[in-house]
Amino acid sequence: MVSKKKIVLHFPPRLVDQPIVYKLVKDFDLQFNILKASITPEEEGLMVLELSGKKENYDSGVQYLESCGIKIQPLSRDVVRNEEKCTHCGACVPVCPTGALFVEEGSRKIIFKNDKCIACELCVKVCPPRAMEVHF
Amino acid sequence: MKTIKEINEKIKKGEAVVVTAEEVIDLVAKKGTKKASEEVDVVTTGTFGPMCSSGAYFNIGHSKPRIKIGAGTCKLNEVPCYTGFAAVDIYLGATAIPDDDPRNKIYPGEFKYGGSHVIHDLVSGKNVHLEASAYGTDCYPRKKLSTSINLKDMNEAVLFNIRNCYQNYNVAVNLSDKPIYTYMGMLKPNLGNANYCSAGQLSPLLKDPYYKTIGVGTKIFLGGGIGYVAWQGTQHNPTVKRKENGIPQAPAGTLAVIGDLKQMKQEWLIGCSMLGYGVTLIVGIGIPIPVLSEEILKYTAAKDEDIYAQVVDYSEAYPQVVPGSICEVNYAQLKSGKITVKGKDVPTGSLSSYSKAREIAEQLKSWIEKGDFDLTEAVAALPGAESGYSFKPLKESPSISQE
Repeated sequence: MVSKKKIVLHFPPRLVDQPIVYKLVKDFDLQFNILKASITPEEEGLMVLELSGKKENYDSGVQYLESCGIKIQPLSRDVVRNEEKCTHCGACVPVCPTGALFVEEGSRKIIFKNDKCIACELCVKVCPPRAMEVHF
Repeated sequence: MKTIKEINEKIKKGEAVVVTAEEVIDLVAKKGTKKASEEVDVVTTGTFGPMCSSGAYFNIGHSKPRIKIGAGTCKLNEVPCYTGFAAVDIYLGATAIPDDDPRNKIYPGEFKYGGSHVIHDLVSGKNVHLEASAYGTDCYPRKKLSTSINLKDMNEAVLFNIRNCYQNYNVAVNLSDKPIYTYMGMLKPNLGNANYCSAGQLSPLLKDPYYKTIGVGTKIFLGGGIGYVAWQGTQHNPTVKRKENGIPQAPAGTLAVIGDLKQMKQEWLIGCSMLGYGVTLIVGIGIPIPVLSEEILKYTAAKDEDIYAQVVDYSEAYPQVVPGSICEVNYAQLKSGKITVKGKDVPTGSLSSYSKAREIAEQLKSWIEKGDFDLTEAVAALPGAESGYSFKPLKESPSISQE
């Protein structure tokens, strides 16, 4: 039985310089694909991984991550923009950690690249007309 | 030199040359101000941003039996209205919120629904729920009223915003080590972001910096319909420092505007929520500037890089009214996506929609080109840069009881 899931890892600052993902490969024989990563020394790190391997390896790998103090969140939520509500102001742009929301040159419209979104939901509440919606 | 009368003659014949406040910049670069001022009759501007001092008054019509809501209470979709008028006149402010909204008790408050949302719902043609109470009089015996109401059934529904269209605005940053929630949006700690709120080179009062054409009575695009400048807005402050091009370097002039809400459009009046701050209304305004002289045209051709704003700390300086600013940046820098403050690169965010401001300027342009919108002569000037009119702080003093 093979497990394959997309998960979001929140690293506390003390773990940012640890070779966590290497351990997942070496000790638990898991395959990974890093979808997003935003890790800076002395700050919280954030990584979105697609993790796959034998179910028992997957489960013990996730257990290992949690024992290190990493918060794991399934990437099951999706942030969607309600195009009717968006006014293209740009209040969301500086709060988006991955650059999934940005100003298009020329048109000055706000572009939302869903494939860069890690569903951190920071944009949801700072959007003045509340155009960013979380879909489960 | 042209007159508004001559321009209106051309509009009537469908011959007026109209350009937007963006297009005029390129035109001047190509042809120079003299030639451009001969060719162009009207420059259209636009802005679309949150403007808190907005609201609408309504006359809801008399019920049978009659009720005197005046000095009673009235709520539209739970949002309280001001009732200190005659029997059935009410005023709904954009920032009003239901009594049971948790406000900032759970910080930062979400402020999901308020007066601005009611205005948007009404303009969208939705029914809203009206709940009123009164003390009852001999001529107005009724004490309770609970009904669904629609904009089209009201006698008057008038958008009357006492301060809109700020001529320039601060750039907000946070120097503290905690996130703060302001009317300028969420500001991340330690200069995490810088938020601004002006359409810059498209913004009406930045293109007529000395109010040479915009005055009391000027006909404008308001909320997708037609409105008028009613007066200078509250906190009008024309005497602030200006650059050599005449453009204020800090928040300066403002406008009070008025127009029939029934002919406005839902996409240009949007209810919005500022996290941890409150509810406000995003208003679309466009103002035509008649090119009466080369000088007026020169002002309309100001570019983003010619327009400067002050970077202000909203964690300490703004709330404590500490004068001055951290530094000054121009709108071209703001629109590049980052500015430098205290040696640090700071990403910028805008609360005012530039693309929508452009749409407003274009829509107003097409109305004028088609002959659907003519220009008005101002009936009185706004207090100007040399007027001495200025924005004063409150002087607090103990109240003396009058016996």
